[in-house]
Amino acid sequence: MATPTFRFDPVEMPPEAKEIRQEVRAFIKEHEHLMGFSRSSFNRDFSRAMGQKGWIGMTWPKQYGGHERSSFERYVVIEEMLVAGAPLSAHYTGDRQSGPNLLRFGTEEQKNHFLPRIAAGELTFCIGMSEPNSGSDLAGTRTRAVKVDGGYKINGTKLWTSNAHRADYAILFCKMSSDGKEEPDRHAGATQFLLDLKAPGIDIRPVINLLGEHHFNEIFLTDVFVPDNRLLGKEGNGWNQVTSELSFERSAPDRFLVLFQMLREMLRMAGPTPDKATAAALGKLISQLATLRSMSISIAGMLQEGLNPNSESAVVKDLGTRYEQDIPVVARQLFPTEPELEAIDVYTSMIARSTMNAPRFSIQGGTREILRGIIARGLGLR
Amino acid sequence: MAIRDETRMLLESMNRLFEDHCTKQVADAAETGVFAQKLWDEVAETGVPLAALPESAGGADAEWSDLFAALRVAGRFSAPIPLAETMLAGWAAASCGLETSDGPMTVGPVRSADKLTLERDGNGWRLAGAATRVPYASFATRTVLIVDGPDSEMVVTLDGTGGADLAKGRNIANESRDSLTFNGVRLSADQAAPVKAGVSRDALYRRGALARATMMSGALEKAMDLAVTYAQERQQFGRPISKFQAVQQNLAVLAGQTAAAVAAANLGIEALSEANPDREAFLIAVAKTRVGEAATLACEIAHQVHGAIGFTKEYALQLSTRRLWSWREEFGGDPEWAAKVGAYACQRGADALWPMLTEG
Repeated sequence: MATPTFRFDPVEMPPEAKEIRQEVRAFIKEHEHLMGFSRSSFNRDFSRAMGQKGWIGMTWPKQYGGHERSSFERYVVIEEMLVAGAPLSAHYTGDRQSGPNLLRFGTEEQKNHFLPRIAAGELTFCIGMSEPNSGSDLAGTRTRAVKVDGGYKINGTKLWTSNAHRADYAILFCKMSSDGKEEPDRHAGATQFLLDLKAPGIDIRPVINLLGEHHFNEIFLTDVFVPDNRLLGKEGNGWNQVTSELSFERSAPDRFLVLFQMLREMLRMAGPTPDKATAAALGKLISQLATLRSMSISIAGMLQEGLNPNSESAVVKDLGTRYEQDIPVVARQLFPTEPELEAIDVYTSMIARSTMNAPRFSIQGGTREILRGIIARGLGLR
Repeated sequence: MAIRDETRMLLESMNRLFEDHCTKQVADAAETGVFAQKLWDEVAETGVPLAALPESAGGADAEWSDLFAALRVAGRFSAPIPLAETMLAGWAAASCGLETSDGPMTVGPVRSADKLTLERDGNGWRLAGAATRVPYASFATRTVLIVDGPDSEMVVTLDGTGGADLAKGRNIANESRDSLTFNGVRLSADQAAPVKAGVSRDALYRRGALARATMMSGALEKAMDLAVTYAQERQQFGRPISKFQAVQQNLAVLAGQTAAAVAAANLGIEALSEANPDREAFLIAVAKTRVGEAATLACEIAHQVHGAIGFTKEYALQLSTRRLWSWREEFGGDPEWAAKVGAYACQRGADALWPMLTEG
């Protein structure tokens, strides 16, 4: 056929992936008191414990504190943790994208300095991409770096930065100052830095989300000095690097497993012998989930083969966020309740939380429209 | 189950065969009620229709996964032949030592409400009841039915349709779907045998559903290919319509649904080799549910992108979409199978859901 199709070849998990699943489940049981509703809980002790188990940076080379395990084993650890609602937030970004980005573009010194500490669960990274006037249009970044003696001076503002108030480092996306000259293209001068969030000139202020929670932040950078050895990759190569970082971000299974506990509660509400309409509504969601999971494992297989499943990841995220946004919609039709966050009844508080959280699923990590644009590009339409 | 080299080779050769012999003219001609004999002969020549049978029964001990992969290609080309039915008829008949046929075969019952009973009659049997909407029964050299016998389910084989009253019918893709009524038709002793080796009416219904889901995944690939190609060729407002974001976003959804359909069908196909009947039942139900959902969304978009031309008999899109709308309901529609998935999961309980999804 003339049209490129997105291939999700079925893959079989290797035996070691099956073994590790039991190990992870035992670990989760041991830490049951820490399990909650979502991965967004932040707990450095838990991240350290995962680091000790060797479950952060699992696929990275041993010389940088990694464990040289397969993408499948990593996949199993992550999916089990997500489904259990483990507090992954302190290491999740570092494990998923900052570490792989460093591994790909970092200097030897940077890799030796950062990667073992991320893998130990001791170093928290956040993502310095979005800005007040640069959301989906990342190339419109206004944060500017100027070369100075021994390093760079950076000015600008980052926004929607999850965990910045608790993180140690951000991978900052910005542009080199063009000194007022016209830039040859919108991606020119794009550059990434490893930004120490304790550096002078950084002011981090909370942005409270609609649930009343503090995850987002706004970061103001005023003449922040970043030494030469914290430039990530090359000056001007930032667009290429950030695209690669985003494809790491989008290939993770967290795009469709965040509300698993809610689906499970819906099954509990339905009981062992639901009527046909209820069974069909639940069966449709379960069929979507089973399919998404097999597509996501297929992506793990592509990563294992060293491929770059950029379009495929966008497909899974687009379908996955649709599925997750449907969960509270189906729930309220099957088992109506007035949403109440503090309800003692688990289901009622879940429906409150998931209804309010649903809009962000198709915004974070690339909006639905951006993802479909990526898919369209993969089809050769752009 | 990784895709094996043998499978890839088989797919490539099937693709070439259908490209040469299953043109739009062939599909159009078959809609007038004339069997696509030449296409059938070409496909039969490859040995694929009976390849799953043991060598002793004239097969090649092939993997079911390979055969289902071939069905996806047949679906892609809207092949107007009973390939799935012949595979399933051969499977049911050979499993209990009954004769198969080199020609096109069909299999039934394909609908859960049909009732067929077999009673002893001297040395032989007497068959009563009806099998409705049996695919290609008018053209079958042999019909294989799974019926209620005196003690257990039994497999029955008939030459042609073996004395049934045949009422011709068709689906909305004008594929033959004929109803067979048996008013105490007498059969010889060697025309029936008790089911064996995992063959049952339920198993036939499941494999039929999986066959349709797999063919649908191929038909979806075709509809997507047509829509993407057309959008790049069709000019409006001075540029190809594929340059409009609204069209691009729709095509992206179409591509996502198509990819999901292929992945879902593969889940069911993989389960066939696991030899775990519960898991097979669950994953096939997942497959027919998810593919049915994809078909509904994808047909709508494929037509929307094509505009008026896609609504014509002359243009090929309808060969795929009319089949998708037919196959979506055959061997049970997605609401029926979704209810099975839900009932299965609820019966095992909420806390068994995750272990169930991650098993295997």
